[in-house]
Amino acid sequence: MIYLDNSATTKPYPEVIQTVQEVMERYFANPSALHAKGEEARRLLEEARRAASRILHVEADEVIFTSSATESNNLAIKGAAFQYAHRGKHLVTTTVEHPSVEQPLAQLVDFGFEVTRIPVDRNGVIRVEDLRRALRDDTILVSVIWVNNETGSVQPLAEIGRLLKERRKVIFHVDAVQGFGKLPLDPKACGIDMLSLSAHKFHGPRGAGLLYLRRGLALSPLLAGGGQEGGARSGTENLPGIVGMVQAMRLTEQQRTEKQGYLERLRRILLDGIRDIPEAMLNSPPDGAPHILNVSFHGIKPEVLIHALEEKGVYVSTLSACSARRQKLSRVLLAMGMDEERAGSSIRFSLTYSNTAEEMKEAVRILQETVKQLREWTEVKR
Amino acid sequence: MRKRIMIRFGELALKGKNRGDFERQLVQNIKDALSDLRETEIQKAYGRLYVLVPTDLSEEAADRLKCIFGISSFSFVEEAKPDLADIQQTALKLVMRKLERGKPGSQPESGAPEGQTLLTYKVETRRVDKSFPLTSMEVSRKVGGFLKAHAPLKVDLYEPDLPIHIEIRQEGAFLFSDAIPAAGGLPVGSSGKVLLMLSGGIDSPVAGWLTMKRGVQLEAVHFHSYPFTSEQSRKKVEDLVQILTRYGGKIRLHVVPFTEIQTEIRKNCPESLGITIMRRMMLRIAEKLAVKYRALAIATGESLGQVASQTLESMLTINQVTRLPVLRPVIAYDKQEIIALAKQIGTYDISILPYEDCCTIFTPKSPKTRPRPEMAERAEQALDVDVLVQRAVAQVESVWFYPGQNKKEFQYF
Repeated sequence: MIYLDNSATTKPYPEVIQTVQEVMERYFANPSALHAKGEEARRLLEEARRAASRILHVEADEVIFTSSATESNNLAIKGAAFQYAHRGKHLVTTTVEHPSVEQPLAQLVDFGFEVTRIPVDRNGVIRVEDLRRALRDDTILVSVIWVNNETGSVQPLAEIGRLLKERRKVIFHVDAVQGFGKLPLDPKACGIDMLSLSAHKFHGPRGAGLLYLRRGLALSPLLAGGGQEGGARSGTENLPGIVGMVQAMRLTEQQRTEKQGYLERLRRILLDGIRDIPEAMLNSPPDGAPHILNVSFHGIKPEVLIHALEEKGVYVSTLSACSARRQKLSRVLLAMGMDEERAGSSIRFSLTYSNTAEEMKEAVRILQETVKQLREWTEVKR
Repeated sequence: MRKRIMIRFGELALKGKNRGDFERQLVQNIKDALSDLRETEIQKAYGRLYVLVPTDLSEEAADRLKCIFGISSFSFVEEAKPDLADIQQTALKLVMRKLERGKPGSQPESGAPEGQTLLTYKVETRRVDKSFPLTSMEVSRKVGGFLKAHAPLKVDLYEPDLPIHIEIRQEGAFLFSDAIPAAGGLPVGSSGKVLLMLSGGIDSPVAGWLTMKRGVQLEAVHFHSYPFTSEQSRKKVEDLVQILTRYGGKIRLHVVPFTEIQTEIRKNCPESLGITIMRRMMLRIAEKLAVKYRALAIATGESLGQVASQTLESMLTINQVTRLPVLRPVIAYDKQEIIALAKQIGTYDISILPYEDCCTIFTPKSPKTRPRPEMAERAEQALDVDVLVQRAVAQVESVWFYPGQNKKEFQYF
């Protein structure tokens, strides 16, 4: 099996699987309980928080554990909007956000908020100048995806952070789900106020996410209750998931620093092989993240190609996996100015550190063969 | 690549005949503190110590050296061959590095471009190796002149921004610019052993630290009244001891089961004298442990007038039960001063965790602030003091703590 759908989900590290099981067995007590077992679980929880904060270069009390990136994004966006509505009701984002940012923003329109979406260029990147012009006196939030989940386009976070630094009222949220562990990250240096992560995108367990929330900011909680996570997110903590996530954060960051340039090399092999295929159109920008490659093959329906590749053991995806089951054009590719045919026929290859050069070569061979075959068949029918 | 750190010891140099012992103790303590850092080496020279440590570990080593009593200050030194040209080049390298990092104190801009005031410097030379062909003054002048010709600097002999020190020794020439202050005091182990009564509050760890500062090796005793005090409060004391090992090397913690004594006092003695009698019982047990483990004194975190049991009358009455010296290093400190020290030492955040300790659980509504010894003795007649003390001492649990064990409770991260 050659698994190239790592931006949809990754296979958990074996160590993480073992950790999750071990924590379930040993530290099952409620971290809020007063007795020794509860106290032990609380210590583990706080140790996980400290470890996560060290990896992100933030403070421990700035880390909120959630159930997913979807929750982190919802909490960040709706939580900040409701908390700071008295300051203004204008929110700014881009046209290429993940649905878990796009949809909560759309919901907020029903609550009287106004949303401005900054367009992107052919590389999928916004112009900071456009953002500057979109800001108003009543703008309270800017939410930007760091690495685009479909194309790997990278937004200029540091530049945006510099622009927003002068505007203290504006909170800067970043959906960093696809970028973490693949590119270097320093939220404070980029002036980021809130940042979302998801464990299963970096070989952690499902059901665990994280939100960095800068000190001094408050969020109106989506889940009210027992006051866990500093009141920002009630609910008994998912300790096995959290511990597994933080361990995976460490392992992933370790791989990122030890395997500098590795993903770029793998991507290069894929890219060179795809360039040899007639009428293959590269949708990812040349300077995008090193692990995502988005391509359209003229005249080939993506779902047909996906199933044909799957038969030969190669796993890839189309659109973002969340919306793949619905027949839809890619919003992101349309926003980048691509035509409907291209936006409706994109295939995404997404890599991780456990992929190998041999796998890439094999995948290229299978891909070339499969595209050729599919085109022959469809031509015969015509 | 290794970095050389020059270590100075202030007070030790005055110690006359005992100096050899003090130095040996300090070397041992430094060795212990750095033992887990690879390729680390200690070199002795007259009146100085050098630590050689791999470059990537030098920050970690410096952090640890700052905690070791007996070191007054230390500097990262640049090494040169004992020849003028090499000393000049090395001095220039040192200066350029300092300039890159920005001015000490003043504007952050580096390189001092046109129009901006130049950094001032001064070269000072010590020639320990008298066979070196130039005198100290000559070396200073020649290196100073060289620096001025090659770097944007200006001489200031009185308050230089960049003092450049050169020491010419048989083993080479050492150059350094600033001295990093360390903990001062005397090397732990050079003044005997003291038993610290450690409650888990803010004051007693500070008292322990101050005691160690004068060269004392600590053992600690904690009174544990399970279930009135929780496992957490015991864990907290263990964490405090762990922090103190950074300064004093290995420390043994004795945990005394105290529940029986506290309930006996509660049952049989007047409530208003409860704290006084409790403290007397603690001191009796501490004395027994001190004798057993060869400690020459007992240290406490008492500060005069802070609470009811810390009046002079109280101290007199409590002190009656022991003939050992009771050291009270924070006796004259205000709470704010103690807190500031606790933060500096690193015990504050643990000390303020809200777990009950044995001093807080049976606090009487109106404790006697001026108890007299006779009153306490009379009240204690209701207790079988000797038996209670013996039983408690027999059930003590003792655990060693070592520096760097750093309470890694969980191995996942």
